[in-house]
Amino acid sequence: MAVTTRTRKSARRRQLEAAINYPIDWLEERSGLIGGLRYFLFRKVPGDTNWFHTLGSATLTAFLVQALTGVILAMYYQPDATVNPATGTSAAYGSIQHITNDLTLGWLVRGMHKWGASVFIILLFFHMARVFLFGAYKYPRELNWIIGVTLLVFGMLEGFTGYLLPWDQTAYWATVVGINLNGTAPILGPFLADFLRGGAEIGGDTLSRFYSLHMLLLPGAIFALIGLHLYLVIRLGVTSPPWSREAAGTDWNEKPSENGRSGLTQPSGRSAWRRNGADT
Amino acid sequence: MEPQHGDRPHSPGPSVHPIGFAAGVACILVGLIINPKLIAPIGAAIAIVFGFLWARDATKEFRGAPVHPVQPERGGPPPSTDAAAVPADQGEAAMPEPEPGERFPRSKFLEFSTLGLGGVIGGLVTVPALGFMVIPAYRKQGYPMVDLGPLTNFTEGKWFVTKFFMHPETGDVSHRTAYIRNNGFLNGKPSLTIISNRCAHLGCPVQPNGPVQDNQAKEIKGKNGQEITMIPTIPAGGYGCPCHGGQYDSEGNRVSGPPVRALDRYDFEVVDGRLVLGKPYSVAHVDGEGKNARIHKYKLTGPGEHVDGWEQIFYPLQPPH
Repeated sequence: MAVTTRTRKSARRRQLEAAINYPIDWLEERSGLIGGLRYFLFRKVPGDTNWFHTLGSATLTAFLVQALTGVILAMYYQPDATVNPATGTSAAYGSIQHITNDLTLGWLVRGMHKWGASVFIILLFFHMARVFLFGAYKYPRELNWIIGVTLLVFGMLEGFTGYLLPWDQTAYWATVVGINLNGTAPILGPFLADFLRGGAEIGGDTLSRFYSLHMLLLPGAIFALIGLHLYLVIRLGVTSPPWSREAAGTDWNEKPSENGRSGLTQPSGRSAWRRNGADT
Repeated sequence: MEPQHGDRPHSPGPSVHPIGFAAGVACILVGLIINPKLIAPIGAAIAIVFGFLWARDATKEFRGAPVHPVQPERGGPPPSTDAAAVPADQGEAAMPEPEPGERFPRSKFLEFSTLGLGGVIGGLVTVPALGFMVIPAYRKQGYPMVDLGPLTNFTEGKWFVTKFFMHPETGDVSHRTAYIRNNGFLNGKPSLTIISNRCAHLGCPVQPNGPVQDNQAKEIKGKNGQEITMIPTIPAGGYGCPCHGGQYDSEGNRVSGPPVRALDRYDFEVVDGRLVLGKPYSVAHVDGEGKNARIHKYKLTGPGEHVDGWEQIFYPLQPPH
């Protein structure tokens, strides 16, 4: 009795598995995407990774929140400095007020974008501190450190360009100071300042220009660099913490690899996570 | 003695071209400061000539020019039987050697024509687009003449916070403030001190250090109906910047704090008894006071940029304004 129930259940289970597996196999056979995803997600990592290693993905999550909320805010925001004679305010500031005060949940999404920007930068710095203090920037990961620093710069440029968009007094004067700060750079500073302003004085062109940089150029560059960053993380593997007593890539039961560098990128033989409990 | 790999000369000996190129670049940089019209182009010419020679030397090998004709090493030590693979320079060539005169095979021609054509097409798209991104920002825009109403509104010897719009159609973003004092007449011509409120540090609005008599504010209309606000003030302590604490005296000279020069001023004209504001200009410092002031005047530059002293070498060029 019990046996038949189990076999019937497992038959249904087989049907269900086939129904799920068929489209997955179809996709895999034609694109290799599933294998790629497995390669991306089910990597071998050192057994003694800890919560500090999650700061990078936390930063990525913060950026994705910015991207999502930003796309939705762009559906309502108007990067237009023209003054509406009826209200006496600019279209840009008017649309910010409209988002915050009138539209359903607009206050929430704008708040997520505004405060999320700070969260993103703070997490960037925490992640950077983790990489620095763990010595994870060392050979062969120097290039990933360089890409990370570029991401930090682009992230701060996102903050600078985004700060102008509400087009209020704070935004205006912060941008005046920020652009003039760039203008004091030797030789090319005055030209850089004019490029940022789109002319000699801050005006409507500055707003459009910052909007374009903020939502097209910089996010595109950041997405591309995050792709490179993650590719190198996967290619080179995750570093052990500095207090780790195990040489990267060695295994309990196997003699150490002859090639000193093997296992530095991917632990060889039986994987490190397995021995941390999955075996038992 | 058998020839060793290390015996083969790899690269040409040291060349004078990089040094000449560096000298040319140095000449450009010096020329930009001393004489952008003569010295800098000479430096550029030197840099281009030596750069070309350098590049020609450096790419000799890749262009296929005969540098050091070396016989391909064939049939060196016989490959050992247990070796997994024969090193490429010892095995049979996968492709036949090109004919002696044929240094530019068809595959190379196709490669270069694909890259070249792709480069041309890419350039046709990106060069105008990048030009459109950059060049309009450096277009000469000029400054409008702003009518500030009858000169008689400006009582002689009194300061007025004067607020006006440089481009009224663009709204608050063109709101400007000047501190104006009528100094009476100098040699029969009206003399006015017109100080811009743009801080010479990073461009924040400076405020008078003294009472601003808001209750005596006067709204007047410019010639084409634009709004002008005049508020009497007594900047006894000069001017101060709220952002980073720069301090100026009432002539706009820097007293303390981060500013690098005096406050900017405006040119002016008096047309039919009305005060008309002209182009702003930068001021290193002012000697004297009022109508007898001697103004060390410079072309308008951005805040934080030195116009005099040795630091001016950092700002040799200004975009046209």
